[in-house]
Amino acid sequence: MIETRPEPGRAPAAATAPVLEVEDLHVTFPSEAGEVQAVRGVSYSVRPGEVLGIVGESGSGKSVSSMAVLGLLPESASVRGAIRLGGRDILGLGDREMSRIRGREIGMVFQDPLSALTPVYSIGTQIVEALQIHQDLSKEAARKRAIELLDVVGIPDPNRRVDAFPHEFSGGMRQRAMIAMAIANDPKVIIADEPTTALDVTIQAQVLDVLKKAQDVTGAAIVMITHDLGVIAGFADRVMVMYAGKPVETGTVDQVYYTPRMPYTIGLLGSIPRLDNDGGPLIPIEGTPPSMVELPPGCPFAARCPITIDRCLEVEPSLVAPEGVDHPVACIRGYELGREGGLVPEEIYPVPELPEAGPQERLPRAERAAVLEVDDLVKHFPLMKGAVFKRRVGTVRAVDGISLEIREGETLGLVGESGCGKTTTLLEILDLPTGQGGTISVLGKDTRHLKRADRKALRRDVQVVFQDPMASLDARMPVGDILAEPLETHGWSKDRIAARIPELLELVGLKPDHADRYPQEFSGGQRQRISIARALALEPKLVILDEPVSALDVSIQAGVLNLLNDLKARLGLSYLFVAHDLSVVRHTADRVAVMYLGRIVEVGETHKVFEAPSHPYTQALLSAVPLPDPHKERERRRILLTGDLPSPADVPSGCRFRNRCPKFAQLDEAKAQQCRDEDPMLHSLAADHSAACHHAAALQVV
Amino acid sequence: MGRFLLRRLANYMVLVIVASCLAYFLAALSLNPRSNFESKNPRPPEAVISKTLQEYNLDPHTPVFERFGHWAADVATGNLGKNVKGGSVNDDFGRRVGVSVRLLLISTLLGSLGGVFLGAWGAIRQYRFFDRFTTLGSFFVLAMPIFVIAISLELLAVNFNHAAGSTVLQYTGEYDPDVNGFWAQLLSRFNHLILPTLTLVLVQMATYSRYQRNTMLDVLGSDFLRTARAKGLRRRTALIKHGLRTAVLPIVPLLVYNVVLLFTGATFTEKIFNWHGMGEWLVDSINTNDTNSVAAVSLFTAVVVLVAGLLSDVIYAALDPRVRVS
Repeated sequence: MIETRPEPGRAPAAATAPVLEVEDLHVTFPSEAGEVQAVRGVSYSVRPGEVLGIVGESGSGKSVSSMAVLGLLPESASVRGAIRLGGRDILGLGDREMSRIRGREIGMVFQDPLSALTPVYSIGTQIVEALQIHQDLSKEAARKRAIELLDVVGIPDPNRRVDAFPHEFSGGMRQRAMIAMAIANDPKVIIADEPTTALDVTIQAQVLDVLKKAQDVTGAAIVMITHDLGVIAGFADRVMVMYAGKPVETGTVDQVYYTPRMPYTIGLLGSIPRLDNDGGPLIPIEGTPPSMVELPPGCPFAARCPITIDRCLEVEPSLVAPEGVDHPVACIRGYELGREGGLVPEEIYPVPELPEAGPQERLPRAERAAVLEVDDLVKHFPLMKGAVFKRRVGTVRAVDGISLEIREGETLGLVGESGCGKTTTLLEILDLPTGQGGTISVLGKDTRHLKRADRKALRRDVQVVFQDPMASLDARMPVGDILAEPLETHGWSKDRIAARIPELLELVGLKPDHADRYPQEFSGGQRQRISIARALALEPKLVILDEPVSALDVSIQAGVLNLLNDLKARLGLSYLFVAHDLSVVRHTADRVAVMYLGRIVEVGETHKVFEAPSHPYTQALLSAVPLPDPHKERERRRILLTGDLPSPADVPSGCRFRNRCPKFAQLDEAKAQQCRDEDPMLHSLAADHSAACHHAAALQVV
Repeated sequence: MGRFLLRRLANYMVLVIVASCLAYFLAALSLNPRSNFESKNPRPPEAVISKTLQEYNLDPHTPVFERFGHWAADVATGNLGKNVKGGSVNDDFGRRVGVSVRLLLISTLLGSLGGVFLGAWGAIRQYRFFDRFTTLGSFFVLAMPIFVIAISLELLAVNFNHAAGSTVLQYTGEYDPDVNGFWAQLLSRFNHLILPTLTLVLVQMATYSRYQRNTMLDVLGSDFLRTARAKGLRRRTALIKHGLRTAVLPIVPLLVYNVVLLFTGATFTEKIFNWHGMGEWLVDSINTNDTNSVAAVSLFTAVVVLVAGLLSDVIYAALDPRVRVS
């Protein structure tokens, strides 16, 4: 099923009056440290049918400002300014009046569909409730309408699924149900707060499509809040970039993406790894956003800005545009940028130097030694039923025969949707297993025949960095102890450990005196650096990176990715980089393996896989990734996959991708039969590029 | 669901049988019914004592397994045996269950509902006056053994009656045997219920409200509550319909077990206010070396655990679709 995305911005008629206007909104929360000024003067307006994107990193006040519109902030918050809905000021209305507006005139879609639905009521009940609050509908009529709504948002078999409970829905389906609820009463405005952040890219593409459709059905204005500049590029008409509780740049998508004028926007755009090019290092924005408790005078971005002048530290610039340009920027040097003879936006940030390739990397790949070889690895879990007498009713084929190879100085990216078996693969490698099928060899040693002591010694060479730097560091241990732990375990002497810790901290760009502090004193990016230092403590050969940057903001993420590249070159490391973000993988990996339902469906050199993806799944996956480039986004054709990832307990016969495969639907009968009968194996398409598809053919999708 | 419950019932039945048999052995081996007769004045002749004990299936000279055999065979036919005084344990049992139910039905209902309400409201008003007051009050009650509470209430009633000049508040027994007429007797029974009910309600409310407050606090910040309000539900409706409905789930098993087991465990309250219910029976029958009565109470307790278990499974499944087995 190939669909073309509808053209965004069906020219919002400038004549129509804005449906939602926010003017000079301020929100402050009391806290023990003092007043937190979460939002400090936000103004925007949206017209019917228009999509406004609000972009910003965590803590920029973007979610708080939308909660203020709905009147759903905690009672302790104090809100100033004006919020006008269809000309009527709704700020300061009581719960009774606001309840009439919420759900009827403003619909809301939240970030995490897993927790946003009440677990004890069926999906139908919850939609019926949303309908009956605002409309005088009988139970039967409301139920009928609920089924219609589920059909609109693309829930298959809505007559039956209407009685399902939230836990019986996948994440994507729950988000569809949320959208159904948001549009139930034909709202004038839909506020979507990171509606696709928790979803896989293929599901994200589906949900964005549904959201667009919902807008077409209702004609509502959409306020889309996100941290993902790619999602907005093709979806929004206008963009507002927020920093430290204030808008710092607003304009049409084209203005903001192609001629950004605020250094923060420029930095943000430069720090995202992009799917459509892999050249050059990422440009991180140094430092972290300021504390919102006591902001110093002047521009809040001044401390991180590469073009700060003295005047920036004196007064905070307000959002202004020169005469005749509708593209206001909160920067006193904003319009020096891009002016003839003035500053060049692309050059204001210092470009970090690419690390020189290490000795191993300079060798041709064939001459390098293999660090990790995985051959036909299988991990099946029995599916049991019964409380007292358990019997086996099926098999979960989490990993169903995969082979990988990582050579010295190489990064292999392992990508796939959640549930495809990435994590099981990684845990199996870390576990150095003895049972089930397949072999894992580390540095040429087959792990099946290892003795206990050798096994422990081998663990030194394979270390791991986990996704969540908040959860993977023990909050009760000072950083020095965290770093010393692996060293003590492997019997290092006290003196050697004491010498190693400052060395490690400097290696990852932290200060030696940070060793006495506790993890919670560090920001997310710094914590991930500590995790990396811990992984490097024992001088491993192979580091397994499990979504190392997915919990970080983009401007921070760039710094961590650069650090990883740098360390790889300096220390001659090899990485197994597990991620769902394909842009990040494109930027970091030398080779990439795409996983689907326990199998690798396409593997090869990164540029080959990304430029000539040959498996229909890889093609769909790549086409689903939004690009931070409005023109390209509008011209792109998305390959939308139908449905969700099948359960690994119920793998289809023949090719396991065929029931979602866009290609399969177009094949003639003889070819289709081959897909049904024969399980395709990886076969070579070019040097170091193979795909597991009977009918593999390259297709450019980026 | 039905099959699941049947299987659970079978499991529980095994437990009931094992528990009540073990309790019989414990009672039969450790209690000495003979001493009751030996301390009588005038002391009956040896032969008479032995004969009576034999007749009651209480004779320590009969091997314990034989006595157990008799007892088990009787119980299987619904006969719980004879007590040390020769009366039917079945009669005692029926009377005492009735007393316990009359004492506890109202107080457990009030205690559970009150506890849930107090806890939920305290969570909503976290750190406000109501919350601080109920928290302090709960810990004050929880810090006191129940007999201290019961006796303090009794003392207060005595003083109150003294001040009033007549017995306004009753604190002994279940009803006044001198009162005649349906309405007058009902009033008298009600009056006698006030103090023991108050004692039990206080303790239960204090306990349950602490659990309920915690589970409610977890739910208050939840996304689905925000969704419910974004749909247009008023704050209070959302809090009750979506919040409390979910927050009550984790404490359902606790509530059901505590409430049901109270029917054999309100010993102090029954003793102090002189109600002749199940709790009092257990203590009294141990004191009087009444093996068969002890065995009957144990059997009843085991059955009550079974009921509590089944009930909590059923209620939980009814409230939470996530645990329903398809």
